Amino acid sequence: MDLTQTADVEAFRAAARAWLADHVPASPLPSLETREGFAAHREWEARLHADRWSVVSWPEEYGGRGVDLVRWLVFEEEYWAAGAPGRVSQNGISLLAPTLFDHATPEQRARVLPPMASGEVVWAQAWSEPEAGSDLASLTSRAVRTDGGWLLSGQKTWSSRAAFADRAFGIFRTDPDAPERHRGLTYLMFDLRAPGVTVRPIGRLDGKPAFAELFLDEVFVPDEDVIGEPGQGWRIAMSTTGNERGLTLRSPGRFLAAAHRLTALWREQGDPADTALRDRVADAVVGARAYELFTWAGASRFAAGGAVGAESSLNKVFWSEYDIALHETALDLLGADAELADGEWAEPWIFSLAGPIYAGTNEIQRDIIAERLLGLPKGRR
Amino acid sequence: MRFLPTDEQSDFARTLRSLLGTAQVPAAVRAWADGEYGPGLALRSRLAGTGLFALAAPEAYEGAGLLPLELSLGFVELGRAGAPGPVVESAAASVLLSELGDEALAKRFLPGLVAGEAWATLTLPGESGGGPYALDADAATYCFTVSGAGELRPAAPGDALRSTDPARRLSRLAPAGGEPLAAGPAVARAARAAGLWARLLTAAQCLGVAEALLERTVGYVKQRTQFGTPIGSFQAVKHRLADTLVALEFARPLVWAAALSLAPGDVAAAKLRCGEAAYRAAMTALQLHGAVGYTEELDLSLWLRKARPLRDAWGTPSACRAEVLRSLTPGRR
Repeated sequence: MDLTQTADVEAFRAAARAWLADHVPASPLPSLETREGFAAHREWEARLHADRWSVVSWPEEYGGRGVDLVRWLVFEEEYWAAGAPGRVSQNGISLLAPTLFDHATPEQRARVLPPMASGEVVWAQAWSEPEAGSDLASLTSRAVRTDGGWLLSGQKTWSSRAAFADRAFGIFRTDPDAPERHRGLTYLMFDLRAPGVTVRPIGRLDGKPAFAELFLDEVFVPDEDVIGEPGQGWRIAMSTTGNERGLTLRSPGRFLAAAHRLTALWREQGDPADTALRDRVADAVVGARAYELFTWAGASRFAAGGAVGAESSLNKVFWSEYDIALHETALDLLGADAELADGEWAEPWIFSLAGPIYAGTNEIQRDIIAERLLGLPKGRR
Repeated sequence: MRFLPTDEQSDFARTLRSLLGTAQVPAAVRAWADGEYGPGLALRSRLAGTGLFALAAPEAYEGAGLLPLELSLGFVELGRAGAPGPVVESAAASVLLSELGDEALAKRFLPGLVAGEAWATLTLPGESGGGPYALDADAATYCFTVSGAGELRPAAPGDALRSTDPARRLSRLAPAGGEPLAAGPAVARAARAAGLWARLLTAAQCLGVAEALLERTVGYVKQRTQFGTPIGSFQAVKHRLADTLVALEFARPLVWAAALSLAPGDVAAAKLRCGEAAYRAAMTALQLHGAVGYTEELDLSLWLRKARPLRDAWGTPSACRAEVLRSLTPGRR
């Protein structure tokens, strides 16, 4: 057992660190949940892409460097430690791309991945509906067969990034008569500016339009934008939810960097007599380390041929609750300044509050942990 | 980077688990609590047969070399089985004697500890992570104490003090007069190493205690029926157990990393999280068993009563948090 990286990995780390030191904007970009900030973050994606740092784990033909999971984790560590901007293309890169690698045709990959890597096309997810949240399989938005494609109708909601994004992906009911509701669903991609699409931005808790409702009225989707076989949408979507909950959505680098900023804040402003607060800072340090080590163990298992399964639910519960605790500790250190909406910790705190809700609520994750990892019987939710 | 136990390490843990699984450990723990040490000492000999105690002593003295990772994996199994006796303290004494570099002392004590013919207990000064009480001094073959001035002496146990875990027998140690066994900076250094190992192994033991409590509770809620259905199908029950598993699984890699580095900050982090995982598992086990979990008759009580003292032994959560922050290098990313 060892935690030391090879010289090759360390050389990769050094290259990433050097590039980031030269290119990370000196002052933070405006919030990516605003029109101006979204545009600035899109430019940053182009900057990353120009030097092949936007999707390091992808094959070179799509704009990546073809690196393994270990190097991706190292890149993330350096990325967040450098204080680099949030990733406006996150939904596409961490949710849609793994699905394309597993289930799309070569033609689809060649068409969709490069503009995703460059930020030219930013993707939004379209999973939830007003009546289908945790019980996603009850969704009713439908795709009806038409000449050369499908017509989408219905309503999607809580669609992250959709206020300013270009395209979206989701699952739609194509066979309302399927014997079982998980069947008869189809995974497809559509244009958010196509005729028949109405995007209504929704203000997040702080008022920023971080997500949107999508009203779809006979929106045409060509056959080439269906991923996998019609009717297989549920299986395809579920095969990559592990990515969202686990490794590729929230890498440890993010939390190591945040814990580092927190300890710096504590050294600067912490009252040495306040041992209760001191203990919470220590917990944040230990929590980031625990998450990092858990991830290295997972990456080792993965390298040895293991798969990411229900364990990703442990991950999701851990990081989402850790993230809130860390930000609450920062706010408590700030005292009266915690209230200032433009403070360094305010927006990240607001963002952290959504963690236990998105990517499958933590209640659903705990059910998965109990049933699939502990073997407890299914029951009423 | 391969942050997983090797097949050999996993096999060693499995061997211990199967040995302990058939050794009637709960009966030995109850006997130990009554001051009957026979079954506990018999278990000690069988454990020695796996090479467990050799992992804290150099080869020159019948040991296998100092192997903190293998020993930690072994201590997870001891915790899981609830094994009685001064296991942590014996290993810490073994490390102390190994690190001293005094051949005569090492020859005198180590082979017996390695062979499972002797157990040791000890107290260390506060800066080495020690507390005021020695564990199981009346059952130990050797009692040692290291003073704040860096003197290692044999010691005699004072009156026994009852622990909230009856299988843990506490006493203060009175150092023997005359010449110390060893003295000086080397003793202080060796005591710090011993304290660090004691903290690491207690963390590993806590992890095993948490595993045992979770496993027993999962088993119970699957078979206990109320309102016509197993209580394990209720979300309120499931979610408590899920949280217990999350705490446990995120504590485990901290033990591995601490065993790899033996850095004080890493060891403190492991002890903090494992101690809390064990205590949390205990509170969950107690609540989900209901009234029967509150009885001493149910074997669950053997682990329930261990969780709290182990959480505090060789480094309270507060002391561990302070160590974590002390160990941070300012300016490091």
